[in-house]
Amino acid sequence: MTDRQSAPAHTAARPALVIDPEKCTSCLQCEMACSLEKEGLFAPAFSRIKVFEFEHGRRSVPYTCTQCEPAWCLHACPVDAISVAAGGVKVIDEAACVGCRVCTIACPYGTVNYNTRSGKAIKCDHCGGDPACAAACPTGAILFEPGTPA
Amino acid sequence: MSYQGRVLRVDLSAGTTRTEALRRDWADDYLGARGLATRYLHEHGDPRADPLAPENPLIFATGPLTGTMASTGGRFVVVTKGALTNAIACSNSGGKFGAELKFAGYDLAVIEGRSAHPVYLLVIDGEARLVDASDLWGRTVWDTTETIVAAHGDPQIKVAAIGRAGESGVRYAAIVNDLHRAAGRSGVGAVMGAKRLKAFAARGTRGVAVAEPRRFMSVVRDTHAKLAADEGRKELTEFGTNAMIDSMNAFGGLPTRNFRDVTFEGTERLNPAAMSSVNERGHVNLVTNKACFGCTIGCGRIARVDPAHASVRDRPRYRHASGGLEYETAFAFGPVVGVDDLDAATFAGFLMNEHGMDPISFGVTLAAAMELWELGLVTVEDTGGVELVWGNGDALTVMAERTGLGEGFGRTLGLGAKRMCEAYGRPELAMVAKGQEFAGYDARALQGMGLGYATSNRGACHLRHDTFAEDMERQDGTGKAEACVRSQNLISMIDSTGTCLFTLGAWGTSEFGEQLRAALGERWTDERLLEAGERIWNLERTFNLGAGFGRADDTLPPRMLEVPAPAGTARGRVCELESMLDEYYALRGWSADGVPGEATLARLGLGAAADAA
Repeated sequence: MTDRQSAPAHTAARPALVIDPEKCTSCLQCEMACSLEKEGLFAPAFSRIKVFEFEHGRRSVPYTCTQCEPAWCLHACPVDAISVAAGGVKVIDEAACVGCRVCTIACPYGTVNYNTRSGKAIKCDHCGGDPACAAACPTGAILFEPGTPA
Repeated sequence: MSYQGRVLRVDLSAGTTRTEALRRDWADDYLGARGLATRYLHEHGDPRADPLAPENPLIFATGPLTGTMASTGGRFVVVTKGALTNAIACSNSGGKFGAELKFAGYDLAVIEGRSAHPVYLLVIDGEARLVDASDLWGRTVWDTTETIVAAHGDPQIKVAAIGRAGESGVRYAAIVNDLHRAAGRSGVGAVMGAKRLKAFAARGTRGVAVAEPRRFMSVVRDTHAKLAADEGRKELTEFGTNAMIDSMNAFGGLPTRNFRDVTFEGTERLNPAAMSSVNERGHVNLVTNKACFGCTIGCGRIARVDPAHASVRDRPRYRHASGGLEYETAFAFGPVVGVDDLDAATFAGFLMNEHGMDPISFGVTLAAAMELWELGLVTVEDTGGVELVWGNGDALTVMAERTGLGEGFGRTLGLGAKRMCEAYGRPELAMVAKGQEFAGYDARALQGMGLGYATSNRGACHLRHDTFAEDMERQDGTGKAEACVRSQNLISMIDSTGTCLFTLGAWGTSEFGEQLRAALGERWTDERLLEAGERIWNLERTFNLGAGFGRADDTLPPRMLEVPAPAGTARGRVCELESMLDEYYALRGWSADGVPGEATLARLGLGAAADAA
């Protein structure tokens, strides 16, 4: 565990999706933008970001991978399909993924999911540095902070 | 192509479901949602049928932009013959149900027959089945929704349900989806109840694809930006539709005390400022705003009733947040019944959603009952001790609940204003057109609105036309017919796309056209879109003619036609309906009796439709 504990803490210097539930209206533009980017069609069921609604819509909370450290999904993967990309973003190599779903169990936040279309695991990868969800959010509830280069 | 290409056919009498291919030829003429469902009703329904009979189809329909990133692209409609009106009903709703139905693989669901026992319809990813709902019968929309979601262990299931009102045949029963959005008007919920269909639940992981994704996203970026920059949109986001209440009051078009008055002294206790300010007990009504699926406006209000208010003090069940006041509910639970109690009005709104009723029709029916009370025709014996005096907020909430539950005088109120006033021998006190209650605009102050109410195919409605600008500009009937015809055609088209009417203004025909062409292909020129709107309007009219309606039904009560407005901008005016109507028929290419002429029908490709009616 030593190497995991010594991993760099999450800092503002790293790219991050900054989410403010106060501003979310639950319009699901983020889910549609994500699914179009990743799946080529509008299918919120396959979005890597999900909006949860509470109490007849009193509060709506967009929720996705925080790119946490240590990344349990990465360590749980038996075929080393998950790696750390630039800015600490955890990405899944679809060619390597065998769809065993261990990562979906390992993730404490429920943000790695199994895609029934592809038979592979899916998670947020910041769209390579220009997240479609943040671009689509009409209220500023989802902002992308690119971080400062080290 | 952003259709799923599949139509669900449900025969409740036989207890069967099957899937058939979407009639693309009809989609090419009627677009989707309102238009396409009207075409299916024309095919499978009978205009002369009793709306509560098994043979009256109940059609749920999405549009080609439903379930896409087009802003507001989450709408669906329910089309049937209305239980309130005996005319064609087309109720439009947002929330998330419509998109989910499409993700589940269907453009439309045509539901016919009558089940032997209560059922709900469950559609998951292209598979449909009927599930016994005997244990749900008699339960509220909210209980039903939560029970169905829990039963299938999937929080993403979306539910459209009826409450007790739909089961018991309240003439203006609504179908409520996602807890507080509704296909509200004309009694579509009563039709659903007569079929013993308690709910329609959908869950889908099939996506919606558009013809040209890159082009579509480029167009959508532009249409989103136009909407974001629009002043009307900003007002809707910040204040909701209730922003209208102060300006309509100042104009003298805010119907008060059953449309006798056109201004109300209590708007400052019901307006957006009142909703967002701290009351004397430290409570704030408004919690947040909320969007329907895909909507970048977010006009919906989420509110809480003050827990210390008499209506909920001993009822913790109602202390959570839910759908709050919009302009029409503020009008229907405010000025038209003389009430200025924000919490009573908000609670009445909760009850409408919980039991599944149209707030406009309920409020205007209660207003008529209050006038009958004033005349001594409705008495304390009728009402079980409740005093139906103007401004009585307790009467509002108690009667809302009794109507929802089908108890006592609530059964009379459940008839709607027309049937109730006829029963008391004073039909002229019902503020209705084609049996449907007016919305929150006076037809003397807004002449175009009067023409719109009279000619709306689903009975009085403020959402079938848009003559606001013309009505604000000049007080007489000049130019209103042309604006009414033009906007009716345009809105018929918008209602057929799967997007929301509240984009109108920021978007014109070309914005809808650009989005539709990227989603469906080049067939939909702007000209063809407007022609489709006109075709849809004429097919709806044809249905109504078949149901026995004619010029005599394109009318308004004497209060609008003979009694001058008592105050406001239009003080001294009556609605100049007859002259506007002559002009309207001529512009539509209809006879003086309001029957579409052969040339008009032929131009719209409706010759056969008219023959069949």
